[in-house]
Amino acid sequence: MYTSPDKQEYTITVYTENQVGLLNRIAIIFSRRKINVESLNTSPSEIAGIHRFTIVVEETLDTVIKVVRQIEKQVEVLKAYYNTNDEIVWQELALYKVLSEEITEKVKVERLLREYGARAVAIRKDFIVFETTGHREETNKLMKALEPYGLVEFVRSARVAIIKQSSGFHEKLKDFEKREPGEEVVENEYLGKRQAVFTM
Amino acid sequence: METITKATEEVKELTGSQAVLEACIAEGVDIIFGYPGGAIMPIYDALYDYKEKLQHILVRHEQGGIHAGQGYARTSGKVGVVFATSGPGATNLVTGLADAMIDSTPLVCITGQVFAHLLGTDAFQETDIINITMPVTKWNYQITDAEEIPTVLAKAFYLARSGRPGPVLIDISKNAQFQLFNYPGYTKCNHIRSYRPKPVIRKQYIDEAVALINAAKKPLVIFGQGVILGKAEKEFKNFIEKSGMPAAWTILGLSALPTDHPQNVGMLGMHGNYGPNVLTNECDVLIAVGMRFDDRVTGRLDKYAKQAKVIHLDIDPSEIDKNVKADIGIWGDCKETLPLLTMALEQKDRTEWLNVFAGYAKEEYEQCIQEEIYPKTEQLTMAEAIRIVNENTQGNAVIVTDVGQHQMVTCRYAKFNQSRSNVTSGGLGTMGFALPAAIGAKFGTPERTVVAVIGDGGIQMTLQELGTIMQTGINVKIMILNNQFLGMVRQWQQLFMDKRYSFVDIQSPNYVTLAQAYGIAGASVKDRENLEGAIKTMLAHDGSYLLEVMVGKENNVFPMVPQGCSVSEIRLK
Repeated sequence: MYTSPDKQEYTITVYTENQVGLLNRIAIIFSRRKINVESLNTSPSEIAGIHRFTIVVEETLDTVIKVVRQIEKQVEVLKAYYNTNDEIVWQELALYKVLSEEITEKVKVERLLREYGARAVAIRKDFIVFETTGHREETNKLMKALEPYGLVEFVRSARVAIIKQSSGFHEKLKDFEKREPGEEVVENEYLGKRQAVFTM
Repeated sequence: METITKATEEVKELTGSQAVLEACIAEGVDIIFGYPGGAIMPIYDALYDYKEKLQHILVRHEQGGIHAGQGYARTSGKVGVVFATSGPGATNLVTGLADAMIDSTPLVCITGQVFAHLLGTDAFQETDIINITMPVTKWNYQITDAEEIPTVLAKAFYLARSGRPGPVLIDISKNAQFQLFNYPGYTKCNHIRSYRPKPVIRKQYIDEAVALINAAKKPLVIFGQGVILGKAEKEFKNFIEKSGMPAAWTILGLSALPTDHPQNVGMLGMHGNYGPNVLTNECDVLIAVGMRFDDRVTGRLDKYAKQAKVIHLDIDPSEIDKNVKADIGIWGDCKETLPLLTMALEQKDRTEWLNVFAGYAKEEYEQCIQEEIYPKTEQLTMAEAIRIVNENTQGNAVIVTDVGQHQMVTCRYAKFNQSRSNVTSGGLGTMGFALPAAIGAKFGTPERTVVAVIGDGGIQMTLQELGTIMQTGINVKIMILNNQFLGMVRQWQQLFMDKRYSFVDIQSPNYVTLAQAYGIAGASVKDRENLEGAIKTMLAHDGSYLLEVMVGKENNVFPMVPQGCSVSEIRLK
């Protein structure tokens, strides 16, 4: 795929409410603009009940800013951040399945594990599953190393990332929970009982 | 869910359907546009007992229902409410939702859905309307348990009308409509923690903007529907008057400022006025208020106002820098931001600068407008019909337009004295919008005259709503400007495609007879000597009236900024 020189990898971190369908609402923001999502992960965040999306795209800064604003516009999105790779610490996890017979015969498994920082997570008579975590280049290296020995299955997780500069979302959330004075302030007894109402 | 009813009080049991209608009443809804069907029957059954409190308008097609809801919302400033059944009923709403989304119209649409246990089984009239409508709704939600109804509807109305308004769709499964539950009462929603309807105004940007405007020699204000949606017409007028700035409008901003205001310099964009288009590329500060720099307004972006410093006021942060980079972006509700700016502005007289606009206006009048509104040709023009409507309504009518040549002509020439008087499909350009929207517009402002100006193409897209007019007995004036062509496409084919008139030659039925079949009075006119009389008859008629005006077949709308050209390359001929 052709990549324009001003495109680079951005990691978008989105804090959201936990609601059915939100994944789709966020995904269509990318697909509508024909932006390929390189990786997408959803997970709990540092705050109970708040979800965290980690999305990786290869795009220009201008496009990323626009997309992030569109994401923040979604009702259930609290906040979205975008970061370049030097602003984050990130990891991906990969699993590799190889045939026991093949690998134990031809490779020094111990050396392999040390060299690639891998672990064996399942050892059976018929097959072994290795696991590594790291950047893409690192997980790729082990894949390359195993390929000659009949790599049966390979799978890699989405990127998860921590923003170096971030001090978490706890303080921000307090801002969000502050009520803005409106013209017609009517007490809403459901406030704070959202979980009881919107649990899916 | 815990109930909030005190133990001593008797717990009130309601069905989900009743709770829906209670929510509507609590939100001040007085009218619902809708069409019944299998999956929404429990709600309609409940509605039977609410006839005194909630007026229901039976439309002839769900698309008509939602456009009527839009027309109602646009003239009344309230949330339009639309009911439709599942499956085809729900999918028929999609065009209207997309229209309301792009034109920021507050709507709450309630669709029936199959029983929850049938979801995902391809049940009769089941469709995944939540996912279908995701890109064209501000928010949508599926209810499968009646207990959710009060809170979800409160959220729906709050989201539809607050911040940048938009359409919300709530899909309610049939079991939830039937379900009896302990009704906790209805409480309006005014806060959702993940939702910021009004961005915090940053004083620093206000100060910077004020300095820029005060120092400007040739500032130009361009405004959109944000002024109307923000109910900030007065604040806007004060803002431009204090600094003496010329102000030009997008077609959705039309009527926010009276047509004859001395600082109103006209319409922006592709078929806008000469002065504001050319001078966009000569002003030194461009102040955009509640508008989104649509491509029909900006023409070629890389040649748009490059010389100017741009100040952009919008309630939606995602609009700032989206199409045109703003030097100063002011996030906020213009009802609040405009007075902050006005307060600090210096009183200025900019007669000289306004005279430059007047010069262009004179040239445009002589070369283009005069022959349109006072034509010497044998054939009638659209513009002269609009001029006569103006003269006979004194600019007090609500004008609803469809999409195409007649829309551009009407927006250019119609006169308005008050806000919320122009109803048109701007962003989506939905042909077939006008007839149902006019019905809704009339319900939104029953005391005013509503004139729907429609082309011979658009009228045939939603003709069935004549039935709604018949049944409700509502008074809507329908003026069809018939040029026997799909005129706008034909104009482009003439100008840019070597006159290859591919499938734009559209035939019409006998509209007068057709109207008659629906019990609607009507006439057709093709001569100048009868035109004024015919329009007067239409306006004076007690009840709905359809007037067909036969206009020149191959008339074009000018001025025009051809696609791909800069706004300053606008052509008068």
